[in-house]
Amino acid sequence: MALYQKTATELLGLLSSGQVTSEELTRAYAERIANIDKQVGAYLRVDVDGALEQARVIDARRKRGEKLGLLAGLPVAVKDLLTARGDLATCASRMLENYRATYDSTVVAKLRAADAVLLGRTNMDEFAMGGSTENSAFQKTRNPWDLERTPGGSSGGAAACVAADEACLSIGTDTGGSIRQPAALCGVTGLKPTYGSVSRYGLIAFASSLDQAGPLARTAEDAALLLEAIAGHDPQDATSINAPVPQYSQTVREPLKGLTLGLVREHFAAGLESETEAAVREAIKVYESLGARVKEVSFPHAKYGVAVYYIIAPCEASSNLARYDGIHYGRRTDEAKVAAELDAERKELLAAGKKREAETLDTSLVRLYRKSRAEGFGPEVKRRIMLGTYALSSGYYDAYYLKALKVRRLIRQDYDAAFQQGIDLIAGPCTAGPAFKLGEKVDDPLAMYLVDLYTVSANLAGVGGISIPCGFSKTGLPIGLQLQAPPLEEDKLLRAAHMFQTATDWHTRRPALA
Amino acid sequence: MSLSRAEVEKVSLLGRLQLSPAELDLMTTQLGAIVGYVEQLNELNTDGIEPMAHAVPTSNVFRDDVVRPSADRAEILSNAPHADGEFYLVPAVLGE
Repeated sequence: MALYQKTATELLGLLSSGQVTSEELTRAYAERIANIDKQVGAYLRVDVDGALEQARVIDARRKRGEKLGLLAGLPVAVKDLLTARGDLATCASRMLENYRATYDSTVVAKLRAADAVLLGRTNMDEFAMGGSTENSAFQKTRNPWDLERTPGGSSGGAAACVAADEACLSIGTDTGGSIRQPAALCGVTGLKPTYGSVSRYGLIAFASSLDQAGPLARTAEDAALLLEAIAGHDPQDATSINAPVPQYSQTVREPLKGLTLGLVREHFAAGLESETEAAVREAIKVYESLGARVKEVSFPHAKYGVAVYYIIAPCEASSNLARYDGIHYGRRTDEAKVAAELDAERKELLAAGKKREAETLDTSLVRLYRKSRAEGFGPEVKRRIMLGTYALSSGYYDAYYLKALKVRRLIRQDYDAAFQQGIDLIAGPCTAGPAFKLGEKVDDPLAMYLVDLYTVSANLAGVGGISIPCGFSKTGLPIGLQLQAPPLEEDKLLRAAHMFQTATDWHTRRPALA
Repeated sequence: MSLSRAEVEKVSLLGRLQLSPAELDLMTTQLGAIVGYVEQLNELNTDGIEPMAHAVPTSNVFRDDVVRPSADRAEILSNAPHADGEFYLVPAVLGE
């Protein structure tokens, strides 16, 4: 087995016993990326020299017998929306193509403190808006299991790089399923933590009440390691939960006794593809064979999740993205052209006798904003800004935003009721079917939104969720099992995932890339 | 309820986006479809339900009022598309 195929946990053992140096490991990944990423397109940028430099420093410190961090010497890939001081953070947008971060996000700072090696930055849907990574302004990312198919999104690069053995640990973010859905479609393990357990400081905001960063890895053990490194209270994020970080990497191997899984009746209804349903039901049987009990529950508001999400997320996005004004940072349109364009429009209106229209024409500043944003944002980002601006505009606020916030509470109450009935974890499909073809849904925004059906509720409720590989379609595409837990019970998610991975080998399968 | 093209045009000003006529047409159709979809929420009676803005109820998170270094001006301005070393430069706002 090549070095880059090993799990992070195995590699840590090799690093700490001195059988492998971080420099060797980093070089192995750099070579793997050079060989394979032209096909996959998972990375936007790989900083080989910078990574090797970090690796050598860690190797030297290890040699001197210094105490090292949790991830000492392990290369980690980071989604291109978490700031790292001095490095670009593009959000896969033309708007931020040249934006160089002036500070470290807390996640990146924690990775550095854990002595991880920052290997490169992964592709994503622009501003994390999308479910296929096709909304990236820069490149397509392909599913390593079938290069004609999407890796999912928005953390498509983050999932694909793990599936293609281009990283063993990878950081993604999840606003409506953006870690779990690509993890499912790429056959890797991906965890969205409870809202507030990982700091959002330096996470370029999409929808602030929903965004969470989390780990993608090959195994639950590895995800536990990475989550432990990045979680924790942060005074820089006022929504960060002030609670100690459990030692996930220590508890992950402890099986859960007396586990009760809840199956949401509404998750097994129309729309779920039969192969996916069969794989998920088979996974539930594996849990039963390990001693788990299974109970059916009803989430009467499950079907409203996507509608609630596509009000709340665009509303928050329209507000968050108002900061891109072409003035403070980011793309700015050609100023001279703005003045000339307005002059020409004014003359034309006056010549046509439209005096009032000529007087109410955009000012130069407003037109500068509008053109800078029009040039900087792609179609999906524009669509969501428009949707959010509309839903928040005068006369519609109560009908859309307030209504959605109320139904959001009803969705949370569905979870609370299930957990109060003695359900430990909700188990079900992560997606309705395996990876879809590139281009298949790009012209139908609503169809693309519906891929989030099983994942958005966890974000709305704020609970944690994990996707783990639980089978393959006849055509060889991975299928994901989603587990969801009460707030702050990530240890249960990880332990349950590890139990499954000790009894099955789906997570060890590799795509045939050459 | 469907959106009119005029409404979409107004929203494009509020959202500070310059949309081409073709984009306005497409946006009118697409936003109409999405708004039509989300209107299924009206099936639900939500009288007396407390709106939920955040998953974790927190309020008034205070920190001590201690002076800390702030970001370096030159470094911050290095990301500005147009600046003079001290200020951001914008087109004339007054006198238009």
